[in-house]
Amino acid sequence: MTEVKDISGLCSTCNFAPNCIYRQGREGPIQYCEMFAEIIEQHTGAQGGLIATLEEIQARYGYLHPEALKMVAEKSGRSLVDVYGVATFYRAFSLKPRGKHLVSVCLGTACHVRGGPAIAQELERQLKISAGQTTPDNEFTLETVNCLGACALGPIIVIDGHYFSKVKTSMVADILHRAKTGLDRVEIITDQRIFPIEVGCARCNHSLMDPRHPIDGHPSIRVTVAFDQKHGWLALSGLYGSYNSDSEYDIPSDSEVQFFCPHCHAELIGGANCSECGAPMVPMIVRGGGIVQICSRRGCKGHMLDLSGALIF
Amino acid sequence: MINMKLNGLGVTVEEGMTILEVANFYGFPIPTLCHMEGLSPYGACRLCVVEVGDGPRARLVTSCTSRAEEGMIVRTASNRVMKARMMILELLLASCPQSKIIQDLASKYQVRQQRFRQEHEDCIMCGLCVRMCEEQMMAKAIGFRGRGEKRSLGTPFDIKSEECRLCGGCIYVCPACQLRCTYTDPDKAICGGCANIHPPCYLKDKFDDMMCYMDPCVACEIKRD
Repeated sequence: MTEVKDISGLCSTCNFAPNCIYRQGREGPIQYCEMFAEIIEQHTGAQGGLIATLEEIQARYGYLHPEALKMVAEKSGRSLVDVYGVATFYRAFSLKPRGKHLVSVCLGTACHVRGGPAIAQELERQLKISAGQTTPDNEFTLETVNCLGACALGPIIVIDGHYFSKVKTSMVADILHRAKTGLDRVEIITDQRIFPIEVGCARCNHSLMDPRHPIDGHPSIRVTVAFDQKHGWLALSGLYGSYNSDSEYDIPSDSEVQFFCPHCHAELIGGANCSECGAPMVPMIVRGGGIVQICSRRGCKGHMLDLSGALIF
Repeated sequence: MINMKLNGLGVTVEEGMTILEVANFYGFPIPTLCHMEGLSPYGACRLCVVEVGDGPRARLVTSCTSRAEEGMIVRTASNRVMKARMMILELLLASCPQSKIIQDLASKYQVRQQRFRQEHEDCIMCGLCVRMCEEQMMAKAIGFRGRGEKRSLGTPFDIKSEECRLCGGCIYVCPACQLRCTYTDPDKAICGGCANIHPPCYLKDKFDDMMCYMDPCVACEIKRD
C-alpha cells in the first residue's frame, strides 16, 4: 500500500499510538491493522462467518470502515455487495465512527408510556445531537432502541453496558456526567451477556437484594463478610459479569473471605471449590431457579452460573 | 410425470416444473413482474398468485416459486385470485405510477381506482436487476442495502462499483424504469444519462447525472419537482 489515505480514527487500538506493535517501522497512518486479517481468518470457512467477522471488527474498532468491508469481501471470497448488504441490514453494525460512550435510550412500548421520549429529548438537548448521531468531540453516540427487555424498570438508558432504570429527566445530566468521568467499564463480549440477577440465601431463601444500595444502577447483593477478625457488610454488583463491589472495610486482595447471610446468619458455603484458585465457592440461589457460585477469594473472578432448573431464562 | 388439476383440466406435467411454467405451457396466462426466464425465481412482486387446494383449505401461493405436486388442484383465475391480484396491482401502481409496464398490467386487470397515495418510487424491490447482475452478467455490482422502509437498491457506498461494467442489463430488465433509457435519441431521453453509447451521454450538458438506476432518476423528475 503506497497510497496513504487519511483514515485517522480507524483503529482505536493502535492508530498513532507510539507503542502499537502493528505500527512498527511504518510511516503515516496504517491502512488497517493486521488484526483485521486475523479476525477474518478466524471465521473463514464457516458459512455464517460473515456476521461473526463483522461483529468482531465492530467490537474492536467501534465501526465498520469501508476499507474493512472491502478487506472482508476480498479475504472471504464474497462480493462487496453481499457484505455491504449485511452491514447495512443489522442495526448492530455502524458504518460511521461511534463515540467513546454509546448511549441507548429505550423507546419500546413500556418505556414509551413511562416517558422514554422525554428522556430521549433531554439527552438530545444536552448532547446537542439527535438520535443516531455522535457528538463532535467523539464522546457520546446516541441511539434509540426498541426494547431492552427490562420493561418493568422503564424508562431505561444503557450506557456502555450499564443500565440506568426509572430515569427521570432531572437525572440525565448526572448520568451523562458519570458516564464521562468513567463508569467502570463492563466488558461486553458477545457470548457472555451481562444481565442483572436476583439472588437469595441458599439456607433461608431470603432475598439478598438491597435496592437502597445500587451498584451499576441495580440493587446490589448484600451479604455479611468476615476476615481478619473484622466483620462487616459487603455489597456486590447485581449484574452478572460485573465485578464491582462496595464494602464496610477494605478487603485486602487475595484474601479468602467468609460470607454470611445477613438475615439468618448462616455461612454461605457449599462443597465446591473455585476452579481457578481452589478457594471455597459461595453459593446463592437465583430467583427463578438455578444457583450462582462466586469465588470467596478477593480479586478472583471465578464464578459459575448453573441455571439448569431455571424457569425464566 | 405428475398428474394435477389446472383450472378444472386434468393435466400431466414433468416433475420439477413450477406452477407458473405449467400454466404457461397449457395457455393460462399469469401476469408476472419479477419473473424472467434465465433468472432464479424470487417471488417478490406477488402478482403471480394462484389458488392451490380445495374448499376452506385453499391458499394463495406465488406460482413462480412453488413446484407442481401430485394431485395438486390449482386455479389461476378464481375470484379470490383476481381480487388479490387487483389489490397487488393497485399497491404497485401507487408506489410506481409512472411505470408503463405496471400501468398496462393495471389496465389489463381492470384496476379502475387508486385508493392509495401515489409515492412515485423508482423501484418496486423486485430484485430483477440484482439477479440479472449476478446471474447473467456475473458482476454482482448492485444489491439491496438496508432494510424495511430504508431498503434500497444500488452499489455499495453509492459510488461507482469496480465490478460494474456499465452493461445496462439492470435498466433493461427493470419494470419500473424501462422507458427511462431511450438509448441513442438524446432529445427524447428521459434516462439519467447512459454510459454505453459514444460519446457517453453523461458527458453531455443535458445529462450530468449518473446512470439512472444508480441515482435518483429522471423518469422520476416528478418527484424532484
